[in-house]
Formats: sequence, structure tokens, C-alpha cells
Amino acid sequence: MDSVERPNWAPGDIDLARPSIARVYDYWLGGAHNFAVDRAVADKVLADVPIIKAIVLNHRAFLRRAVRFMLSRGIRQFLDLGSGIPTVGNVHEIAQAADPSARVVYVDVDAVAVAHSRAILTGNELVNVLQTDVRDAKQVLASPEVQDLLDFDEPIGVLMIALLHFVPDAEDPRGIVADYREALPDGSYLAISHAGFEEGEWDPAWDDARGVYNRGVSEMCFRPKREVEAMFDGFELVEPGVARLPLWRPESPDDVDEGAAHFISFGGVGRKA
Amino acid sequence: MTEQVDHRVAAPGRSNLDPAVLAGAESFARTWATAVIGSSYVPMTRAEVAEHLQALTEVLVHALHASPFRTAPGYEIGARLVEAHFTGTDTLGRTVQLLGDDLLGELGIQPDELMRSRLAALQGALAAGYARALRERTLAEQEAIRAAVLDARDQAEAALRASEARFRAMFTEAAIGIGIADIEGRILDVNQSLQDMLGFSVEEMRQYNIRDLMHPEDGGSVWRLYDQLTAGECDHYRAEKRFRRADGEQVWTHLTLSLVRDDHGDPQYQVAMIEDVTDRHLLQNRLRYQALHDPLTGLPNRALFLERLGRVFNNRARHRAGLCYLDLDGFKVINDSLGHDIGDQLLVEVGRRLDHSVSGEGKLVARMGGDEFVILVEGSKDTQDIVDVADRVLRELESPIRIGGHELTVSASIGIVERALSGTTAADLMRDADITLYWAKADGKSRWALYNPERNAKEVARFTLSATMPAALERDEFYVDYQPLVRLEDSTVVGVEALVRWQHPEFGRLAPDRFIELAEETGLIVPLGRWVLRRACEQARRWLEEFGDSAPFVSVNLAVRQSRDPELVRDVKRILDECALPPHHLQLELTESAIMGTADEPLEALRALSEMGVRIAIDDFGTGYSNLAYLKHLPVHELKIAGSFMEGLRAADEEDAVDVQIVSTLVQLAHALQLGVTAEGVETPAQAKRLHRIGCDTGQGWFFAKPMKPADIDELLRR
Repeated sequence: MDSVERPNWAPGDIDLARPSIARVYDYWLGGAHNFAVDRAVADKVLADVPIIKAIVLNHRAFLRRAVRFMLSRGIRQFLDLGSGIPTVGNVHEIAQAADPSARVVYVDVDAVAVAHSRAILTGNELVNVLQTDVRDAKQVLASPEVQDLLDFDEPIGVLMIALLHFVPDAEDPRGIVADYREALPDGSYLAISHAGFEEGEWDPAWDDARGVYNRGVSEMCFRPKREVEAMFDGFELVEPGVARLPLWRPESPDDVDEGAAHFISFGGVGRKA
Repeated sequence: MTEQVDHRVAAPGRSNLDPAVLAGAESFARTWATAVIGSSYVPMTRAEVAEHLQALTEVLVHALHASPFRTAPGYEIGARLVEAHFTGTDTLGRTVQLLGDDLLGELGIQPDELMRSRLAALQGALAAGYARALRERTLAEQEAIRAAVLDARDQAEAALRASEARFRAMFTEAAIGIGIADIEGRILDVNQSLQDMLGFSVEEMRQYNIRDLMHPEDGGSVWRLYDQLTAGECDHYRAEKRFRRADGEQVWTHLTLSLVRDDHGDPQYQVAMIEDVTDRHLLQNRLRYQALHDPLTGLPNRALFLERLGRVFNNRARHRAGLCYLDLDGFKVINDSLGHDIGDQLLVEVGRRLDHSVSGEGKLVARMGGDEFVILVEGSKDTQDIVDVADRVLRELESPIRIGGHELTVSASIGIVERALSGTTAADLMRDADITLYWAKADGKSRWALYNPERNAKEVARFTLSATMPAALERDEFYVDYQPLVRLEDSTVVGVEALVRWQHPEFGRLAPDRFIELAEETGLIVPLGRWVLRRACEQARRWLEEFGDSAPFVSVNLAVRQSRDPELVRDVKRILDECALPPHHLQLELTESAIMGTADEPLEALRALSEMGVRIAIDDFGTGYSNLAYLKHLPVHELKIAGSFMEGLRAADEEDAVDVQIVSTLVQLAHALQLGVTAEGVETPAQAKRLHRIGCDTGQGWFFAKPMKPADIDELLRR
């Protein structure tokens, strides 16, 4: 994420010498929307932490399950915060497959990711793309991209997938969530997936990779379950609450392997009462 | 969101297949799913993946048995794997291996030469189709992400251009002058406002260094701060600064200079924002001038004078200073009789003459208001310096002033104060000059008076006394002494004169001559006199009780003002009643002028008192101008001959024949009118003896006794 001090109208740097979160994720997901500099970091991390691939696939799969869950609860408009590079299985594809009138706003600060999203979504009038720092909820919610498309009298599904572990405590992630919650109509849903683990689960062999990622891409803030739960303040968690990602409403028993109980990420969905 | 490349061939209906083969295909598809899941993200559930792969497996089954045999379905399957985003690096390898190892077995197909060959051909086609599709997909995605980069850059650049244009517009269109210079002071750019303000074009300005814009009137801090700024010690400062325009005029400005640093924090540029405040400055000057000058005469006004006087005392550059406080005599009459317009013109002329006669370094003429002017002389040598100024001014005013056909002669009174600055203040100087002006007026106008500390002290004391007298009366600071009146025939004390004293907390014991006149001026004499009367009557009553018939009467002085007080008779009667004192034990003393000069009413009062039985005496007889013919008709019982006539009777060996003759005549006169005679100021035995011989009835003076406390009188009476 970029500096929040920069005025909104000032253009962001397009620095291809620096890896971007969005493009590194795309690579791990099997995409080719990335550059050598992104792949170098991605491969280095992958070499030390082979599980990283499973982690990003699981966040993506959680996104799918969460959106489908919200659809089943009647949600027809979505706000995808930190949407990244559009690859396969995007929110609007899932939602519009269920209901062609479903609306989605993608928000990301990455200028390249946003430009790519816009290129692909040209002509889809039910999808908007906004380039803004999602930490500034007021600005996101007041933007024409959001105001013109989303109906704040109807429940909204807000997605914070693999997002908040990039927000350090100093920037008050709970406060950011609360800012969005304030604006949402009752009956809205929030999905959060978050990298994290409980005490004793960290493998020291991952230290190097973490350093590479922190320095090269973005600082990671792993959090334990209770801190992720705390982010749902003001929401009623749906079953099974905040859980290890593979254990949150798995689609098949086959998806739950022996490592699921200590999987290095949490996820949950809550409903604003 | 990859492009939807749809070159699928429709999957053949399942019904074509033998159930056993179908089960085998299903089993293979599950194994296949397990082998490829997790290599890349596929937007399907595990079941959906298995279903998808089973369909592909069925295509393979048909292809193996097809006649004629074609490899196109294998190619198709490879493409469809990529399409479903099975793009992980392991996917193809595992798929090809799994086909070779498990497919024929799972389907229950005899692995004969033909089938092996067909399978190998399909594997190859699948690999080729997969490779081609993945290559296409990869190239497409690479192209898409590069296009996105270009788009994002275009947008960023457009935003940058827009923001630059905005800044450029801000710079060029700003109403405030803006200039940019490098850190050596070379001017790089200036906007239109600054060009207009200073009258130089950009090209001309670029020839200049900031230091060329120095102005001789610049405050020292402007350039000191400039040096600090270019050295990087401060980041911005504000200052008032003057510039010289191209046409030689001056521009007053508010200047804000800011330092721009490079990425390393080193000073790089300086940006000046300059606001033209010339109009405001000139207006301020004019307002200040107006605030400090008298619009009529154009002279400095009171405010400017006080400011200057304050500065004299603050700077102490000089040791002495003097003031002439001047007021025209009789100006009000001119104003009232000839009109304000003439009065104003007169003031203008007087102001002009004053200014003319005292111009020079260290001198200031100001109009304080009305017809009051003041002249300040800084650094006077001595008092004579100021007296010379005052004389010059008075002389200057001597020649008549011609206004609108009138020839006016004016004079002025001047109060002069001149002194060393140490030990005094501006306020002292002003106050003393004001007082002194009052003296000049009181001493007869058209003159100057010089401040005199003794005179001032006296007046201050007088003022203090008169101001504190009412409270003193309430606080019982007054008391009464009594001086015996002695019958010359047998030296018996027949009466006492009540003499009021003031035990002042600050000045000590004060005799009546210090305060009676003041009391007359302020009117306090009435309550004070009433108080003395009551006190004397109470005392007389006490003597009456103790000494009976031989008790003395009390003689109380009645001031002029008291004698005219309409309440006098009632007051006296009430006091006598309250003290239960027979009226003939009270004598009231009045001066000749109090009795003779009065109209009928007070005389009526005296008559009433006389009829009541109160004795009336004329005090200090012979010093005023008594109408002797009139004396016969007055309700008077006693004459007190003034002490001044006793001078000639004082010496033991010889007497002044004239004085003796006068006193004898007065005694005869009194006796002829059947009045008693008291001689005042008897100080020697010779006087007493001669007065007795002359026939005087009563004596009073130090020879008999000084004024004393009532208790001492008691002693005297008991003897």
C-alpha cells in the first residue's frame, strides 16, 4: 500500500522495479500477470515456504465460498477491498453466475492492477473499479464508483480477503473495519481472511522467506485467532465463527487434510445485526 | 477473467459408455483431480474439478476407441485444462504420467500395442495442446499486464500533467508576487504579479541576484534571516520589506521567503511570496499623521506630545527638559461674542505664531485642546532657557491679530516647569505645568509663572486640609481651648473666649488661622461653628453648675457665613435649651464687617438673639470701617478693641500718646453707647494698668492667661 499522506489526485508511482503484492499473488495462483521481479520474490518465498501456495489458494477458495455463502443469504452487491489482479474466479464472475444483476465494486491502491481490471471490465456496467487506499473508508465510501453502483438501503457484502495482514496495528485495522461497518446497512455481511497462527505454530525455517517478503513486497502482520475475531466487533459471526481457512465451511471433506487444524490463516464471515 | 476461448468440442453423451467403463473413468478422474489440485487456483470445488476431469476422461475413452483414430481430442483436452486454469507447473507432467500409468488399467482396456500407441499419441497431442494453450494464455496475460502498466502510466502522467498545469496556473495567475531563485540568489523565475509589482520583466529579473534587491531602509533582520535561510538554518521567514521599482518609486511589501530542500535535505531553491502593501502602508501613515495632529492648526496634538514627552523620559539622552503650558486669556469671550469661526481662525494664527517663535531642534509645539497649547523644550540648559521661550511667545502675541475685519488683541498665561529629568516623571511635569498655569492666571494673567515647590506644597497642604476637614469633624479631631476675659477692676474672670483647635494627625495642632478661612471657603464653617457653639455651651453649663453666680460666660466667634445662616437663631436656641444654659452666659463675637455690611435679615437674627438674652460683641473693633452713627441702632453689648491698638500702651516707661488717645476715645464712645469694652492683646502689666486707668472694663491677653484647657480654667476659678 502506498503512502496515505499523498494527496488523492497525485499520481502514484508505477515502479516496475519493485514487486507488487497483487502481481506476486497472481503468480502464486498460476497467472502470468506478473514480471520477473515479482516472480523472483515469489519463487524465493516458495522455495523456503512451499506451503505459501496452499495458503494463497486457500484465501482464494475462501473468497469463493464466502461469496457463494453471501449469495445464498440474498446478498446481491459486493465491495471487494484490496481486490488485486483479476485472475480467474473473480467476485463478479461468481456473483453474476448466480444472478446476472449482481453488482460489484473492486477497490485497490495498485495502479496497474486497477488499470488491468478496468481493461477487462470495460462494458460491464454492473462492476466498478476504484483506485484508492482502502484504509481510507470515508474516501472509498464517498467515491462515485461506490455511490453510483451500491445501494446503501440494501445489505452489502464486504470482502477483506488477504488484506488486513498488510495493515500493522499502528494503523488500527479494527478501526478501519469499524469505519466501513458504520456505513453499512443492517443485514450486511463482512468476510475477512487473514494470515495468522497461534503461539508455537511458527516454523523458524520460514523466517528468511518472511524477511524477503517483508523487505521486498510488504510487511506481513500475522495475527492469532482472537485478534481476527476482534475485527468482527459489531458483527454476528456465522457458523463456524473465525476458523482455520480450510475449516470454514469446506465444500467437501476431501478439502480438509491433516494440516487444516494448524493452517497458517484464519477466515470468518459476520453479519451486521 | 482470461479471455473466454471456446474451442471446446461437445462431450459425447455418457450413455454411449459401458457402465463398467464409466465407473473406471470416474475413478481415474478422481485420481487425476487429486494429482493436479493445488498446483494452481481453479475456481471450482473439488467435486466440480472431478466432474470436469471425468468429462475429459470420457473424451479420452472415446478417442481411444474411435475409428478412424484422431489425436485432435487429446489436443483439445490439453487446451481445456489450461482454460480451466490448471496452469500450475506440475499439472501437465502429472497428467501425462497418470494417463500412461493408470488410464488403461482403470478402464479395463487391454494394454496391447494398438492401445499403447493410441494412448501415447493422445498423450503427445494433449501435451502439445496444453503447451500451445498455456503459451497463448501466458502471452495474453503478459500482454494484458503490460497494457495495464501502460494504461496506469498514461493515467499517472495525465494526472501529473494536470497537476503541473494547475501549479503553473497557480504560479502565473496568482495575485501575489512569486519568485524562485537558486541558493546563490540567482533569480530563476518570477510570475506576472511580481513583474507588475516591481516593473521589471522576467528577463530583466533573471539578470539580478536577490542581493541586488537590497533597500537602504531594510531592517537588519531581513538580511540576517536571509543568510540563515540560505545556509539552511531556517526554513522560512516573514518580513516587511521595501523594494525600488523600475520607475524609481517605492513598493512596501510583506515578504515570505521559504527554503526548498532537495531529497537529501540540502537547500536547493528559495521561493519568495511578496504582497504589495504600499496602499495600506501609505494609508497607515496618513492615519497615523491624522491621529497625531490637530486638524485645525496642523500642530502635533496631545497624543503626539505625550508620546514625545514619554520618549524624552525613556531615552534620557538629555539631562533636563522644560514645558510651557499656555492658555489664552479671555478666549471664551472672543468665541462667544464673535463666533466659533473667528475663534478657530484666532487659534490657527496663535498656533502659527507659536510654531514660528519656538521652531528648532528639540522643541515641540502642540495643541492640547481648546485654547491650550504646550511647548516642550528638550535639553534645556537651565530655567532661564524656558523663561526666554515664554517671553518670546508673549512678545509674539502682543501684536494684534486681524481676522475678518476684527483687530483682536490676545494675551496668554503660561505655566513654566523646567528641571532635571532624573527624579521626575512625565506625569509630574505635566501636572506641575498645569498648576503653574493656574497660578499665572490667578496672579493676573498675561504673564508667565514659574513652578515653585514651596508654593505648591502650601497649596497642596491647604487642599489636603480642606479635603480632610469634614472627616476630621466626624472623627473629633477638633477641640476647644478657652482664654479668660478678666475684669480689670478686680482681676475677676468674668468670661472666656472659646477658641477652636485642630489636632491634625499629620500636621499636629493647628490654630484657627490655618483652617477657619478654608472652612469659610468650603462652607464647612457652618457645621464646625455649630459644633464649637455646642461644645462651649456644654462647658459653660458645667461651670455654671460648679461655680454658680461666679461662673464665666463663654464668648464664641461667629463667622460671616454663620451669621447669614437662616437657621442661626433656631440653632442657638436649641443648643441653649439642650444645655440648659441661661442665654446671658453666652456671648457671640462678630467682626465689624459681619455686622455692618449685612443686609436686614442677619440683623434681624442678631436682634432676636439679643432679645433672647444672648450677648453680642463686635470683635476686632477699630480695624474695619464702622458706621458709628449706625452703631447706636445695633443690638450690640460689647466692643472688643483690636490688639493692634495696644502696641503704644505696651512699654513700661513711656506710652504712645496717639494710641492712648484712640483707645480712650473708643472707650468713651462705647460707654456713651452703654456698651462694655474689652481690650484684646493685653500682654504686659503696664498695658493692664493703663487700660484700667482709661476706663476699659475687661482685658484679654497673655498678660492674664493664654488659651487653656477647661480644667485649667477650673483651677483659675477656684483660686
